[in-house]
Amino acid sequence: MGDTSLGSAAVGQSTAAPTRREVYEAGVRRRANRIALISTAAVLAAIVLLVPLAPGWDAVQKSFFNGRVFAATFPGLLEAFLLNVMIFAWSAPLIAITGLAIALCRDARAPALFPLKLFGVAYTDIFRGLPVVLVIYIIGFGVPGLGLPRPWNSPYIWGTLALVLVYSAYVAEVIRSGIDSIHQSQRSAAASLGLSDRDTMRFVVLPQAIRNVVPANMNLFIALQKDVALLSFIGPVEIFRQAGVYKSLYANFTPYVGAALIFLALTIPATRYADYLMNKQNRARS
Amino acid sequence: MKLLTGTALALVLSASSALAMGHGACAAGKTLTEDTLTIATGNPAYYPWVMNDAPERGEGFEAAVAYAIAEKMGFGADDVTWVRTSFDEAIQPGAKNFDFNMQQYSITPEREEMVDFSLPYYTSAMAVLTTQSVVDGGATAALDSLKGLKWGAVATTTALPILNDVIQPDSDPLLYNDNADVNAAIMAGQIDAALYDLPTALYLSAVVVEGGALLGQFPPEQSEQPDQFGLLMEDGNPLKECVDAAIMELTESGELAAIEAQWLADATGVPVIE
Repeated sequence: MGDTSLGSAAVGQSTAAPTRREVYEAGVRRRANRIALISTAAVLAAIVLLVPLAPGWDAVQKSFFNGRVFAATFPGLLEAFLLNVMIFAWSAPLIAITGLAIALCRDARAPALFPLKLFGVAYTDIFRGLPVVLVIYIIGFGVPGLGLPRPWNSPYIWGTLALVLVYSAYVAEVIRSGIDSIHQSQRSAAASLGLSDRDTMRFVVLPQAIRNVVPANMNLFIALQKDVALLSFIGPVEIFRQAGVYKSLYANFTPYVGAALIFLALTIPATRYADYLMNKQNRARS
Repeated sequence: MKLLTGTALALVLSASSALAMGHGACAAGKTLTEDTLTIATGNPAYYPWVMNDAPERGEGFEAAVAYAIAEKMGFGADDVTWVRTSFDEAIQPGAKNFDFNMQQYSITPEREEMVDFSLPYYTSAMAVLTTQSVVDGGATAALDSLKGLKWGAVATTTALPILNDVIQPDSDPLLYNDNADVNAAIMAGQIDAALYDLPTALYLSAVVVEGGALLGQFPPEQSEQPDQFGLLMEDGNPLKECVDAAIMELTESGELAAIEAQWLADATGVPVIE
């Protein structure tokens, strides 16, 4: 948005008196745009024309871009994707809350709270160091294996817990970096105003810290959207598993392409939005 | 008289050698490597299809059938090499690293559009694997009782369509990557029962799953589309006719049935689900 308003301001000036420099720069810009357009078109044409010339293209097309299989499986994939959305919807708030709590543990400054700080450090170290799949297996099969009755042994409950454990460790680190980015002088100023440590954190540090790390956390939630699919390892039939079932039934990989398209339809707008937030923040800072 | 027998013997000998030559000729130039038959199996290959994950010893039902087919096609035991592939590698487009792939592939019309299957070498009953505690809890080998169970299956098998079409469970089945994960879910009590082919189910209930039990079986005669295993080949593989001829011969001579009796347990004790 900022760009266009700047641009129109420049146009307003140039109608008054286009300097030689402005004319020259406009020419350079036009030339750059032309070259970008031509090179993009050339690359696209090369892909569209050359790839089908490869000797195995027919076989690849039949296995990965099979219209008949796509049409037969896409509705089922969309339906399975609802489960992804649901798991994401209840995991994300839990992750945000747990992540914040762990970050506050790590930031505990009072000597008496040292065990809490130690816990925070151990938690982030362990869960950031483990592969998500392993945590899902250990918790998803292991805890129910202790002999819990139904419905408390549901893979949804324990799979969600595994996602929360791993992702909250990442979110905690991001929030902690946000907290660290708030200068010590802010805390000193708050203390001189008579705020308690608790109120300093609540009203001075966190509001600024969290605002700083929103874009970084957006990226984590985009990654979470994809890792929800890992829950399929312990039973739930979400989109990735459903695609695998279709792949096996049709001996064809097209359902995975369908699933990828559905994922992209959600992750690309989310990524763009995260970029937009990040740019906005950078402009506000500069 | 002696001359006659001699001539007859010579005739028989030359006929049989011609037969052998005929098979050799059928496969000649059609295999991946000249004079070698490359057979793929799973990684790992499971009991009782392959014993001890060592197909080259010819022990286990599929390993024994593979060597019998190779022999009919004119390949000695030394001319057979084994490779390992996953299901996905077997169906990926492009050149294959095997002549045929043998790991309990069910023949379906949908799959047949992408790859070639040989004639079936085994027709499998499907069986319900569960635990003794579920049986004690009142589950019986009747469809009504089965509907109420919480089901699981391996996602990449044809057990799933059978489960959905025949049993039509009340709640959606949970699906897993492989046998080991299904067993973990059974032992964790997350699912009550799982559907497998009968030989696998017999093995799992006896050896792998603690307190495992077979609730019942769906015999192939009862099904409209029984689960038939075939060798998987690249679409349009010229070797198919030679493999089919070999399997036909093994079936008609009763050798295939003999191999089955030798390696696959007798399942008549498992109750039939109507």
